Amino acid sequence: MWNMIWLFFHKLASPKHFYRISGLLIPWLAAITAILLVLGLYLGLFVAPPDYQQGESYRIIFVHVPSAWMSMFIYTFMAVLSAIYLIWNIKLADVMARSSAVLGASFTLLALATGSLWGKPMWGAWWVWDARLTSELILLFLYMGYIALVMAIEDVRTAARAGAVLILVGVVNIPIIHYSVEWWNTLHQGPTVTKLDKPSIHLSMLVPLLLMAGAFQFYYFTVVLMRARAELLDRERRSEWVRELMGR
Amino acid sequence: MSSGWQAFIALVKRDLLLAFRHRGELLNPLLFFMMVVTLFPLGVSPESSLLRTMAPGVIWIAALLAGLFSLESIFRSDFDDGALEQMVLSPHPLSLLVLAKVLAHWLVTGLPMLLMAPLLGMFLSLPAPGLVAMELTLLIGTPLLSLVGSIGVALTVGLRRGGVLLTLLVLPLYIPVLIFSTNAVSVAVAGLPIDGQVYFLLALLALAITLAPFATAAALRISLS
Amino acid sequence: MTEKVSLLHARDLSCYRGEVCLFENLGFELSAGEALQVEGANGAGKTSLLRIIAGMTPPDEGDVLWRGESIQDRRSDFNAQLAYLGHHLGLKHELTVEENLRASVVIQGAADSLGRLTDILRQVGLSERADLPVRVLSAGQKQRVALARMLLIGAVLWVLDEPFTALDAGGIGLISDLVGHHLDRGGLAVMTSHQAIPLGSRLRRLEL
Repeated sequence: MWNMIWLFFHKLASPKHFYRISGLLIPWLAAITAILLVLGLYLGLFVAPPDYQQGESYRIIFVHVPSAWMSMFIYTFMAVLSAIYLIWNIKLADVMARSSAVLGASFTLLALATGSLWGKPMWGAWWVWDARLTSELILLFLYMGYIALVMAIEDVRTAARAGAVLILVGVVNIPIIHYSVEWWNTLHQGPTVTKLDKPSIHLSMLVPLLLMAGAFQFYYFTVVLMRARAELLDRERRSEWVRELMGR
Repeated sequence: MSSGWQAFIALVKRDLLLAFRHRGELLNPLLFFMMVVTLFPLGVSPESSLLRTMAPGVIWIAALLAGLFSLESIFRSDFDDGALEQMVLSPHPLSLLVLAKVLAHWLVTGLPMLLMAPLLGMFLSLPAPGLVAMELTLLIGTPLLSLVGSIGVALTVGLRRGGVLLTLLVLPLYIPVLIFSTNAVSVAVAGLPIDGQVYFLLALLALAITLAPFATAAALRISLS
Repeated sequence: MTEKVSLLHARDLSCYRGEVCLFENLGFELSAGEALQVEGANGAGKTSLLRIIAGMTPPDEGDVLWRGESIQDRRSDFNAQLAYLGHHLGLKHELTVEENLRASVVIQGAADSLGRLTDILRQVGLSERADLPVRVLSAGQKQRVALARMLLIGAVLWVLDEPFTALDAGGIGLISDLVGHHLDRGGLAVMTSHQAIPLGSRLRRLEL
C-alpha cells in the first residue's frame, strides 16, 4: 500500500509526468477558483450585512484575511518543499518552491495593502504599527530575501539548495519573530483590539470569508502549477521529453 | 582532550592570531558603532530626556549594524584563499569549526563593543541601571546575532556583491533580539526587573548555539559546491 | 600475485555546468598504489571532477564510493583519509609557514604528526623558511608549503589539482618523488596535470 503511494509520488515527481498531470489539472483548478470567487464575492459584497460598528468598510476583510492566511500558508508550504528537496533531492520540490515565492510575496503585499486601506477609516492613518501588519511586513522581507538570494546565484542547483536552507531557517524564526512582535505591540500600544480576530463572527460573514479563502487557495494552486510548468520547460529544455513536446 | 576540541581551539587561536596581525582593522567596527550613535543627537536633538528614551534603541541598532558589517568578512578570506575548502574537508564536524570561527569573531568584534557601550550610553544620558542592562543584553545578544548572521554570510559568501543581500537576509531574523534587548534596557531604566527578557534572550541564545552552526555548515557546503 | 582491491570507485558520474554537459556516465576504479591522471582541455571539467571526488561538489548523477561506501554518507571517515590540494592553497598569508602548518594540521585532525614537522619541512626544502610569513614566499614556495601540509596529514587518498603550476624543475621532481613514495606505501592519487608524470604502470589515464 505505502509502496504504491511512494511509487505514485515518485512517478509524479518526474518532470514529464508532472507536466502532463498538471496540464490536466489546471483547467479544473481554474474553474473551481472562478466559482468560489464569484460566490464568495457575491455573498461578501451583497448578501452579508454591514457591520454595526464599521459599516461597509469591513468588507475588505474578505480579501485581507484570506491573503494574510495565504501569505503564511505559502511560506510554510515552501518550507515543506524545501525540506523534501534537501532530503530526497527531488528537483520538482524546488521548482514548486521557487514558483511559489513570488505568489507568496504578492499575497503578503496584498494583505499589507488591504490592511492599510482598511486602517485608514479604522485608525485614521494609512499605516499603524499594528502587530499583525508588522508581522506581515517582516514576512514580506523574508520573501524578498529568498527571491533576491535565488536570483543572485546563477547556478540553478546552488540557488535551489541555498534557497531551501534560507527558507528552513526562516520558518524556524517566524514563530519567534511573530511572538516577539506581538509582545512588543502589547507593550507599546496597550492591548489594542485587533478587529481581525473577532472571537465570534456571524455565519453570514463567515461563509463568504471561507469561500474567499478557498478561492485564494485554488487560485494559488492553479497559478503555481502554471508557473512550475514554465519553469520546468525552461530547466529541462535540453531533455528528450521537452524536445518531443516542442517538436509537435 | 579529544581531537575535535583540539581542532576547535587551534582554529580559534589561528583566527585570533590573524586578527592580531591585522590589528589596525579591529578598530573599524568600533568606530562605526560610535559614529552611528553620534549621528543621533546631531540628527534628532541633543535634549537629554529625548536621548534617554531613544538610547536603548539607538545603541542596539548601531551595535547590530556594526556587528553585521564586520560579520560579513567572517568567511571571506577563508573562501578566497582556500582555507574554507580545507575546513570542509576536515574529518571534524564542520559545525564545530563554524562555532570556533564565530567565537573568534565575536571575541574580536563583539567583546570590544561591549566595552565601548557604557561610553555611548553616557553620550545619550542613559542612567546607570540602563547601562547595566545594556551590558547584559549585549553580552547575550551579540553572540546570538553573530550565530544567526553567520548563516546569511555563509549563504552569500560565494557572491561577489553579497553585502546588501546579506542585510536583506539577516536583519529580519535580528528583530526578536532587538525587541527584547531594547525593552530590557528601557524597563531597567524605569527601575523594574528584567528577568523575563533576559531569560528569553538566553533561550534564544541556547537555540542559536544548537541550531545555527548546522545551518551555517550546510550553507557553506552549498556555497563551495 | 596479490589481488588488487579497488578503494576508490566512481560510478556513472555526470556533471553539468548550467547548459553545458561536462561529462556523463563517467566511471573508474582505483586500487591501492595506483594514480589516476585526469587529462583534458581547459574547461573540460577536470577541476569539477576532482571536487566531486573530494566530496565538495555533489555530482548531478552517480556517486563516488570509498571502500565500498558512498563518500556523502561517510563524510567524516572519508575526510580523515583525504588530502586535497586545489587552485587555492588554503594558506594564511599573514601567518608564518610553521604557524600555518600547525593550525591546519590540527584542524585536519592529524595533530599526532606535528613531531615530523621539521623533517617534512626539510623534505620540501623549506627548513630555512619556517619562520617567514607565507606572504613573502614565491608562488612555488607556497605550493611547497601546501605539499608539506599534505605530507603531515598523512592521508591515503591524495587529490591534486594542477600540482605542478608555479613549480620549477626541482619542484616537479619533488612532487613526482612524493607521489611515487605515496603509491609505494599503498596510497592513491588522483591528479590533473598537463605534464607527463613518470610513474610507469602505476599511472592510469582518464581523458575528459
